[in-house]
Amino acid sequence: MAEVKLTEIRWHARGGQGAVTAAKLLAETALSQGQYFQAFPEYGPERMGAPIQAFTRISSEPIHIRSSIANPEIVVVLDPTLLKAVDVTSGMHADGVLIVNTDDEPKAIRKAMGLKGRTIFTVNATRIAQETIGRPIPNTPMMGALVKATGMMPIGNLTDYVRKSFGKKFSEEIIEGNVRAVERAYAEVKAE
Amino acid sequence: MAKTATKQKIVAMTGNAGCALAMKQINPDVVAAYPITPQTTIVEEFANYVANGVVDTEYINVESEHSAMSACIGASAAGARVMTSTSSQGLALMWEELSIASSLRLPIVMQTVNRALSGPINIHCDHSDSMGARDMGWIHLFAETAQEAYDNTIMAIKIAEHKDVRLPVMSMHDGFITSHAIDRFEVLDDADVKKFVGNYMPKHSLLYNPNEPVTFGPFAMPAFYYEQRKQLRVAIDGSKDIVMKVTDDFAKLSGRQYGLFEEYRLDDADVAVVVLGSTAGTTRYVIDAMRAQGVKVGMLKLRVFRPFPAEEIAQALSKIKAVGVMDRSDTVGTLGGPVYVEIKAALYNSKQRPAMQGYVYGLGGRDTGPDQIETVIGDLVKVVKGEQSPREAVTLLGVKE
Amino acid sequence: MKWNIKDAEHWSWKKYPEGALILEGGNAAYYKTGGWRTDKPAWDEEKCTQCLICWISCPDSSIIVKDEKWDSFDYDHCKGCGICAKVCPVDAISMHPEGGEE
Repeated sequence: MAEVKLTEIRWHARGGQGAVTAAKLLAETALSQGQYFQAFPEYGPERMGAPIQAFTRISSEPIHIRSSIANPEIVVVLDPTLLKAVDVTSGMHADGVLIVNTDDEPKAIRKAMGLKGRTIFTVNATRIAQETIGRPIPNTPMMGALVKATGMMPIGNLTDYVRKSFGKKFSEEIIEGNVRAVERAYAEVKAE
Repeated sequence: MAKTATKQKIVAMTGNAGCALAMKQINPDVVAAYPITPQTTIVEEFANYVANGVVDTEYINVESEHSAMSACIGASAAGARVMTSTSSQGLALMWEELSIASSLRLPIVMQTVNRALSGPINIHCDHSDSMGARDMGWIHLFAETAQEAYDNTIMAIKIAEHKDVRLPVMSMHDGFITSHAIDRFEVLDDADVKKFVGNYMPKHSLLYNPNEPVTFGPFAMPAFYYEQRKQLRVAIDGSKDIVMKVTDDFAKLSGRQYGLFEEYRLDDADVAVVVLGSTAGTTRYVIDAMRAQGVKVGMLKLRVFRPFPAEEIAQALSKIKAVGVMDRSDTVGTLGGPVYVEIKAALYNSKQRPAMQGYVYGLGGRDTGPDQIETVIGDLVKVVKGEQSPREAVTLLGVKE
Repeated sequence: MKWNIKDAEHWSWKKYPEGALILEGGNAAYYKTGGWRTDKPAWDEEKCTQCLICWISCPDSSIIVKDEKWDSFDYDHCKGCGICAKVCPVDAISMHPEGGEE
């Protein structure tokens, strides 16, 4: 049997920024690709603004492991102020990918964090969200950046799924705003 | 999947949403519940179904879990199909009602989302809540995944209401790990579930037979009480066959075959881990990895904890050389966790029995990673090789020394 | 009586109804509580005004009324509590020691 690829992602955000929604959306998108997944937040007595973590596992085969993710390959940071408050690279894979919502260049993040190896991606998801959706909620644009950084699926699959899943609950304006947010982040994300 | 299985939909849902969906498909007459983390999202989601008019359920808002179970008992005695849900202190508050529900032989189904008992107060998973209620005359089913939590809920109602059972059932899944994680699983069509669970016809019911009134819950003096308890013992012991009959019928419908327990790579195993709940998944993952390195290890994953399948477990473990039993609850002041103690007792009179060692893990939601299970298997291998004797004292995995 | 509970205290565990149910309504009447009585009520027809306050007040439904008129005491169930004598506005009911002169 060929080695089954299990991708483990850790999300860092503040309560209210939509990390749980993003993890859920990613799981549902994975389902639409016929993949297996788990998406689970780390629950505590958090309030709006408190640092939180959420986790996603994705695989082409059923996933049995149920413990929390200690060594993520991908770390997504939805709020740049968390870089100072939380050790976002804790346990991160040596050849992992760090994706940060920030206006800074990847090089500046690398220097500020003293990070060696790994690949750093940055995108200003908050500004993109403000300009496309009209609210500073960075979760959907960060999905676009994640898809670009990992190549886990064609971007069209994600935007199709956003249209399909948001279609039940939101206005056309909001849906298209989110689709534009995903596409812009996909195009604008920078790597080093 | 078996060819006989019906068409199903693959969903991305939390375990709790799956359980609420199962309740919707069952369409109980009465639900009386009080919110408590991590169960809350079950009754919250079910309340949506009620508000949207997609179920016929009378949803009773109550002021406590004690009242919730009291209302369930009243409704069930009247002849209604009744469901509820709770966790931790909520279950503790229901305590005195639990034994009344079982002794009155009321087929109430309760989703129990496992959470540590206070104190200190904690909202995360361990099994101390339902394990504390293990001798209350309820049938206890444990789920590893959201799929199993959904499936067990549907089977639970049919088991509970079976004419040869008529006992309440607790259907457990792990708080947050299963309840709040979005998982991929298959759900049946509403019509298939409706057909599978059928209509509930109580043996005695004021609703259906107002001209044949009966008295529920009379006082029983010493001349009568003991025989009632014997009846309860016979009923719950006998329910084992019905649990399996319903489980087999469900397999024909869904293609998903469960048992009293699952034997995973146990056939030729020298050492085995006994576990229940979500940690069985992590154990499966570790076993696959260790098997690849040539370690002959297997797992017995318990699904039906009450009635306790003592004979079947003793048979399944008889040829294993060393067994480690993992409990996500501690019965302090005894030899170890309840599963360990009961399995050890189940094997006592067997001619051929394995060495055994008890482990407690994951209390209050402490993460149980592959390393802890590797430790257990490593211990057992040493016992088999004669490098160490089985420890008499229980081992607390992952505690900071 | 539809349900024969004769000798019930010696039944096998198999014979009791599931869940300890009592399968028949209104069966409290089969238990004769008159034996608990130490004082027994007596009725004076001449004093009685048929107000039936005693009938309303009796906690054991032991005042029997026929055609809206006082008829008799149900001594099988009267526990001799004396409430009827106490509430009677014209002293038409009096209490006497059980076994003594009436």
